[in-house]
Amino acid sequence: MTPRRRRLILVSGIVAGVALAGFLVLRSLQENVMFFYDPTQVAVGEAPIGQRFRLGGMVKPGSVQRTAGTLRLAFVVTDYKRDVPVQYEGVVPDLFRENQGVVAHGRLGTDGVFVAEEILAKHDENYMPPEVARAIKEKHGGVMPKGPTP
Amino acid sequence: MDWTWFHKFGSPPHVYRLAGRLTPWFAWPAAITILIGLYGGLVLAPPDYQQGDGFRIIYVHAPSAWLSVMIYTTMASAAFVGLVWRMKVAHAVAASCAGIGAWFTAVSLVTGMLWGKPMWGTYWVWDPRLTAQLILLFLFFGYMALRAAIDDPSRADRASALLAVVGIVNVPIIRFSVDWWNSIHQAPSVMKLGRPTMPVDMLVPLLLMLLGFTLYFVAVLTIRLRAEVLRRERQASWLREVLD
Repeated sequence: MTPRRRRLILVSGIVAGVALAGFLVLRSLQENVMFFYDPTQVAVGEAPIGQRFRLGGMVKPGSVQRTAGTLRLAFVVTDYKRDVPVQYEGVVPDLFRENQGVVAHGRLGTDGVFVAEEILAKHDENYMPPEVARAIKEKHGGVMPKGPTP
Repeated sequence: MDWTWFHKFGSPPHVYRLAGRLTPWFAWPAAITILIGLYGGLVLAPPDYQQGDGFRIIYVHAPSAWLSVMIYTTMASAAFVGLVWRMKVAHAVAASCAGIGAWFTAVSLVTGMLWGKPMWGTYWVWDPRLTAQLILLFLFFGYMALRAAIDDPSRADRASALLAVVGIVNVPIIRFSVDWWNSIHQAPSVMKLGRPTMPVDMLVPLLLMLLGFTLYFVAVLTIRLRAEVLRRERQASWLREVLD
């Protein structure tokens, strides 16, 4: 075996080892790496209920209710399979809209209502000019059609 | 097969001259492409239906992020060649990549934060994509720090090259973080299979910016590579002939 070949095998072996180690670490830390849980994961009990966690999904169309004169806000987060009602008091980002992605940080109460302390908007990968968006909305009866994932 | 063309890249004088000749062929097209891309992205492209004009930061953010990963891959490949084939010029290429890569990574992080505040509602969250990109910045820093910490050049080359090669593990994590885990970062609009989820008049300036940034990277790389070769070969006799 030439020294060059030995170095090739050694370096490749080190990279493979680190990749494997990284894979195992990320796998075992899966829950910590996950930025948010979707409503289905909450429903099947994968989310750490009783602790603070992040809930992510789409803001269900027609679910946003504001209390006049306050910053209180109630809406439903959906992944188009399950729903979780959310309550929040505070300012929401500009992109917080119905049928848009949202990530709420807070606790799930025993009554099944998620009380959020922080609301972040999640943007999707679709970019289009306003005219095109309007045309698509008109075709779909006034709402932007969305895929099943946030 | 005739390998002389490959072995020529192992010769510092050859690489020094070649890099010097190549610089203008990348620098000028880079300047022109970036100017056209900026005009297209900031003036001609329509605003986004949700983000308005705020989306235009993508014309700097996305190409910087792509370049940061591309430069890291270049650096790790050069370091690998340097380690296995004991090629000094390959180590010089890797060393020249690090600073440029760190800057592009920093630009992608800062532009992302400036966009994140109005759009997401926060400058920073410990999201998998964001964290992996921050680790990329630390890998570049670590590579540079390791080189600077070891006095013996060939030992510095080998130690830092091993770090660069091992760090390549982070590259697929950055790319696929938005697919493997729930992330606040949006999925790719362009760098994926299937149609880009962006109309042509927004997409063309973005691709021009990517091309322009890539040309700029090669132009700066040729300049830095010459400087690196000069530094390493400062005792060599061929240099005296070149400089006289």
